[in-house]
Amino acid sequence: MTLGSVPPKFKVSIDRDQCMDCGRCIENCSYGVYRREGDKILIESRKCTACLRCVAMCPRDAITLTEKPVDYRSHPVWTREVREDIINQARSGKIILSGMGNARDLPIIYDRLLLDACQVTNPSIDPLREPMELRTYIGKKPSRLKFRKTESGDVELETKLAPNLKLDTPIMIGHMSFGAISLNSQLSMAKAAAERGTYMGTGEGGLHKALYPYQDHMIVQVASGRFGVNIDYLERGAAIEIKIGQGAKPGIGGHLPGEKVNEEVSRTRMIPLGSDAISPAPHHDIYSIEDLVQLIRSLKEATEWRKPVFVKIAAVHNVSSIAAGIARSSADAVVIDGFRGGTGAAPKVFRDHVGIPIEAAISSVDQKLRDQGVRNEISIIASGGIRSSADLAKSIALGADAVYIGTAALVSLGCRVCGNCYRNLCPWGIATQRPDLVSRLDPEQGAVQVSNLIKGWTLELSELMGAAGINSIESLRGNRDRLRGYMLDEGMLEILDVLPAGA
Amino acid sequence: MCGIIGFIDRTKSRMDGSSIKAALSLMNERGSGDGAGYAAYGIYPDYADYYALHVFFDNMAESKTKVDELLQQWGKIVHQEEIPTTPQPGIKKVHTPWRYFFKPSEDLMAGRMASENDVVTYIVMEVNANVKGATIFSSGKNMGVFKASGWPEDVANFYMIENYKGYIWLAHNRYPTNSPGWWGGAHPFNLLNWSVVHNGEITSYGTNQRYVEGYGYKCTALTDTEVVAYLFDLLGRQHELSHEMVVRALAPPFWDDIDRMPAKEANLNKAIRLTYGSALMNGPFAIVVGTDDGIVGFTDRIKLRPS
Amino acid sequence: MLGQRFIGDGLRGNARIIINGVPGGDLGMFMSGPTCIIHGNAEHAPGNTMDSGMLVIHGSAGDAVAHSMRGGTVFVKNNIGYRGGIHMKQYEVEARPILVVGGTAHSFLGEYMAGGLVLVLGIGKEKAMTDRGIGSGIHGGEIIVRGEVDDYLLGVGAKKFKFTENDLERIAPIIKNFCEQFGYDPAEFLDTNYTRIGPASSRPFASKYVWE
Repeated sequence: MTLGSVPPKFKVSIDRDQCMDCGRCIENCSYGVYRREGDKILIESRKCTACLRCVAMCPRDAITLTEKPVDYRSHPVWTREVREDIINQARSGKIILSGMGNARDLPIIYDRLLLDACQVTNPSIDPLREPMELRTYIGKKPSRLKFRKTESGDVELETKLAPNLKLDTPIMIGHMSFGAISLNSQLSMAKAAAERGTYMGTGEGGLHKALYPYQDHMIVQVASGRFGVNIDYLERGAAIEIKIGQGAKPGIGGHLPGEKVNEEVSRTRMIPLGSDAISPAPHHDIYSIEDLVQLIRSLKEATEWRKPVFVKIAAVHNVSSIAAGIARSSADAVVIDGFRGGTGAAPKVFRDHVGIPIEAAISSVDQKLRDQGVRNEISIIASGGIRSSADLAKSIALGADAVYIGTAALVSLGCRVCGNCYRNLCPWGIATQRPDLVSRLDPEQGAVQVSNLIKGWTLELSELMGAAGINSIESLRGNRDRLRGYMLDEGMLEILDVLPAGA
Repeated sequence: MCGIIGFIDRTKSRMDGSSIKAALSLMNERGSGDGAGYAAYGIYPDYADYYALHVFFDNMAESKTKVDELLQQWGKIVHQEEIPTTPQPGIKKVHTPWRYFFKPSEDLMAGRMASENDVVTYIVMEVNANVKGATIFSSGKNMGVFKASGWPEDVANFYMIENYKGYIWLAHNRYPTNSPGWWGGAHPFNLLNWSVVHNGEITSYGTNQRYVEGYGYKCTALTDTEVVAYLFDLLGRQHELSHEMVVRALAPPFWDDIDRMPAKEANLNKAIRLTYGSALMNGPFAIVVGTDDGIVGFTDRIKLRPS
Repeated sequence: MLGQRFIGDGLRGNARIIINGVPGGDLGMFMSGPTCIIHGNAEHAPGNTMDSGMLVIHGSAGDAVAHSMRGGTVFVKNNIGYRGGIHMKQYEVEARPILVVGGTAHSFLGEYMAGGLVLVLGIGKEKAMTDRGIGSGIHGGEIIVRGEVDDYLLGVGAKKFKFTENDLERIAPIIKNFCEQFGYDPAEFLDTNYTRIGPASSRPFASKYVWE
């Protein structure tokens, strides 16, 4: 091999003075970094992905992990990554696959938006003592109400309300399919969603029987592969989501590798055992907006107009016009997935280069819908790289009704964002179907962790709102007056319709 | 801060402005001398069928020519004059207050502008957003707003407020905190027959502004109160909600209260919150709104004002 | 009937629906059980994501016929448009989707197919299939075409297999049923003059990617 090997990404070492030779690192590492030879634990650093399972499980804190122990000559253009990708492709002639979200070091707009607080002229509100309303309804709202007077002189509502989802907090858990992640991960999140009065997405992998008890808190997804989709599935969901695209890989389909399609996955997806589960890039009954309108109506007809239907699109350049088209259909919500959105596996070139940031997408979609007088026709759900309650508050202030979290929920289950989800070896029992690994994740404990995360963010959101003198989430929504831009250029400020700090 | 007063004579008999001047002057400690104003209904009985447009002009050449042209394009000016004023030591006359009595012509009304009110609303928005040096600050029928930067008594004397007779009077004494103290920023804020005086700060302003601007209103006064007049016009006039329903939309019951209501009432209140969530006003406020058939007063939901 | 969409959408049970005229799109979508007899042509995507039941179309049908169909039967007397049988799939023996076309089909027949059977009889045609991309991306199931199929018509990942007496035995009941519906003599079709097309691999795209 003329190319030889590239430097290892990580160097793992054990402090032998600390080590008690318990072997937990060997047991826990599914990537095969550790092995025992005689009375010694040997280390093969090259296999390490920095999932940190060994570090977390070592009872003596004896393990040290160093990133880039051997590096290339530094160069601002020919970075290590660039060089290694070329070497990889020179060897293979293939498309490079990667996991999780966009890993490029681009400025994050959320970090350059600042929130407001009250001083003197209006009192802060204390969410501990005073009412703080986060209740959010997702779905179509009338643009105006009509009343009529009854004979007895009472005022009666004439307008009929469309079905809406009621959220106790504007945080939902996005779609991660059974197959991409384990049943125990889905169970953990479903229990948490039910406990927190919110919803989670099934992803495109069908609805496993074990999740039926939580179906009132599940949004069932219909993607191009139509895995697990039948009338029973549609009727079980609290809402139905048509997935057109996702932020990690706009414009292309996906496939779950055959090795992840075990018996349970096969049954839930209703596909053959062991074969790739292929989602084509487009839905083959949707080649136009008119076709999408037809699928939405078809889903509504099948479920007797009792369920909200969402449409999920990746944030691409003309996202606002697409969303406006969707708003004119019978769809009840549009999910916009920004270019930082995560995934089990995506071609790296797509993950890192296609699409636009969610912040700009929320802003332009909200504006376009208002310009066209259809903002009430549809709710906006933002997703793709929402990391904290601050990102949540800023998303809502830019105009979103609620957010989907994905990676954040997985991190609350133990994920350390090593990005090797597509290998079926996830040592945290999340992105794997290997029974021994899946059993490491206890759904009861997992549910507590996910629920805690949502609770913590919800408390923080209440505090942020209270400090801004706002006691109802409606008054934060689209309230860009309470945002200021810091180190954002004029063009971006204009898109966000936000004043610079100090103004 | 700020001080507000509103009163009505239910028999519609008119009283002159001397009492409200005296009343407002008692609240000087709630103001900063940066603005005061009065709204009076019933003051132009001779022109009761015409829109009384009160305008601040920065110059009588260019700005006024543009407004004249726009009005003539959309209808007929039956009378116009400078609003009479008397110099006051405390007031620097930076604008010329002017009034037109105007009637939109019927043959221009179609589609989006199907009524006289729509045409006048359009003209107000167009002038305030796009004609430099002109601000229409009052546009109702048989009513008018008089305001300026200064102490209440000075403003009243400047406009000789005691010479007007109205059956509804609103008054406001300003202590600006979130916007510059300029004449257009003084209260009352008016559109058509809606006049608003407000004490407090609207923390939901950005949301409310985005909402009304989606319906063609343009917030140009650089202060939050303006949006309340537009919210009343949108909900009360365009959507035909009763005054009570408008207030219910702007300051709705809490969800836990709604959850405890009987089903029908709960559904009505839920519908209001879902439909008019973006109109909900947050933050501390006490507001009095004048309309041609009465006055509406309400406060924020947890009574942070008046204080 | 002219253009009514969503007939039988999500319908369950044993109903029998007779349609005189041309139904609109998504006929029998998510359907589970009923039988629809259509005396006329059908529009876009009849049998879309259908679970079980039967569509008998006494005419031709548009694009994406039997899209993602998971079970049941669709019989089309004449021709179908592009992407017929796309992404049909099967996961249990009893739930095997079947699409039979009396005439011919346009390009991308059985694209992404993951299970089930597509049968094209080419009645009245010199060649049953003349359009390209047959079985493009197929990773399960089979496409059986009357007579020979030119190699250049096969899509990526599709492969020809010999059609055997065993195969005939398997599909004979389906042919008989089809002929019964439309009044053909089944004897005409009960020989081994067919081409069977299936997946070259159950993982057609596995070799496209390399890990980061």
